[in-house]
Amino acid sequence: MIISSLGQGLLWAPLAIGVFITFRILDIPDLTTEGSFPFGAAITVSLMIKGQSAITATIAGFLAGCVAGLITGILDTKLKIPSLLAGILTMTGLYSINMHIMGKSNVPLLTQKVLTGYLPADLTVDMQTIMLGIIVVIIVMAVLYWLFKTRLGLSLMATGDNKNMSAANGINTDGMIIFGYMISNGLIALSGALIAQNNGYADIGMGIGTIVIGLASVLVGEIFLRGNNILIRLSAMVLGAIVYRFLLTVAMSLGFPADDLKILSAIILIIVICVPIIQNRIRTKRQLKKYLAQMEAEDDGSITSKTSAKSILSRD
Amino acid sequence: MEVLQVKHLQKVFFPGTRNERHVLKNINLNVYEGDFISVIGNNGAGKSTLMNAIAGTLSADAGEIDLVKHNVSKKSVAYRSQWMSRVFQDPKMGTAGDLTVMQNLVLAQSHTKTISLKWYQKKAEEEKYLALLKTLNMGLENFLNTQVKYLSGGQRQALSLLMATLSKPKLLLLDEHTAALDPKTSQEVMSITDNIVKEQQLTTMMITHKMSDALKYGNRLIMVQDGQIKLDVSGAQKDNLDKSELLQAFE
Repeated sequence: MIISSLGQGLLWAPLAIGVFITFRILDIPDLTTEGSFPFGAAITVSLMIKGQSAITATIAGFLAGCVAGLITGILDTKLKIPSLLAGILTMTGLYSINMHIMGKSNVPLLTQKVLTGYLPADLTVDMQTIMLGIIVVIIVMAVLYWLFKTRLGLSLMATGDNKNMSAANGINTDGMIIFGYMISNGLIALSGALIAQNNGYADIGMGIGTIVIGLASVLVGEIFLRGNNILIRLSAMVLGAIVYRFLLTVAMSLGFPADDLKILSAIILIIVICVPIIQNRIRTKRQLKKYLAQMEAEDDGSITSKTSAKSILSRD
Repeated sequence: MEVLQVKHLQKVFFPGTRNERHVLKNINLNVYEGDFISVIGNNGAGKSTLMNAIAGTLSADAGEIDLVKHNVSKKSVAYRSQWMSRVFQDPKMGTAGDLTVMQNLVLAQSHTKTISLKWYQKKAEEEKYLALLKTLNMGLENFLNTQVKYLSGGQRQALSLLMATLSKPKLLLLDEHTAALDPKTSQEVMSITDNIVKEQQLTTMMITHKMSDALKYGNRLIMVQDGQIKLDVSGAQKDNLDKSELLQAFE
């Protein structure tokens, strides 16, 4: 169970990292996710059926996601549509596009060689999945780590943090936001491409609930791993995706039917949103109590010194 | 040489409605190299609007703005920033709180290499920044890798000021940059400002509500009233101004 959720989690990790980029770096809740995830899957599976190699098809899936992000980015920055609505518009439009690409609502892969097919054949399916996941995650994290160490990455972070200040320092903030949407949705589509190959099919409904999965992974990750270092933050996303898969697997093994997964996802998200808030409140209260106790002790100290001073005086 | 030329600038808010307000009425202004201008005026006189129009956060309805002989009237804030820096009234506005002091300084270092793919963290730069931070006398040199949100308002504003001058701008805009600080810190930041401006011979426009600062600093004084420049004095004429005369002009 742990092994299979580890593999699955790694394949979902690019989604978590993608959501992290819009949600945490740019501070935008981007609903394009629900469209770009199946978009990546649809493009990849269709290309594979047309005879393209799994590697080419997966890269195409990633790029397709970038295009989806580009559209939301333009809607948001150039047409000034609120980001939440911009995402919904792209997501809605992508539904039709995905239907056109796939031709029907569910397209199975038949004999095509998927990405795990390139790995040693003597491994078990679970091990193959884990290996593929590790390779993909390492590539994604390495590229992003490098990106966030460059001036470009710094400009991206600054834009998400303070748009006015960024513009005043010469950063093309609209361009940065579009760029952020693009890599975010590219990664989300990459996740879709990987999951489709893992499942053996692309489905029109596979994007439903992905934003909740992504957000939950981000928040779960941040509960376990905190820090300002970008490498730690990215690792937290991978860990979050794995832990989240594990939680779902546990729920399934407790006997919840597959149809209940969505509501479980939603409940998990609510819990992980509330946990850090409560954690914080308890921590602050404890710190405050400690501080006040200390103050009181000091006060007592000063009172005794005062009384002793008085006693000295009275002796005179 | 003119660093900034403002020609026939007009701005009307809410045109055609009951709330129509003509905020900038045909403003003409030349700012010359080496000027340190204090801009004063009532609330709503239009000085902030003028500053925003020059900086590019607000587009003027008519007229032209030339920055170092480039017509920037229709250009973005980012484009104008290659010649211009700005310090805002709110210390939070001028710095990115989640980024470290170092990262903020890197951002301010060059306004034209914002999408460079080179790594930004360099040892030599770090030492240069430390030396610069030390000159502020605010203890900032101990916080190079601290997130800016943990700094005090005064420290943040001093950092904003350092950032704004790091790129050696042709024009420095100070938008009531000491107004949000307590009197003592405000004075400290003001004297740091004066030092930097003098040292680097920066052409500066400073909006202020403090009459004493307006009189004490700079070589030129502009009073904006009712969307027009009512008073523009420089040199000896400005030195001879006193508070009561200035208050009279406000009437």
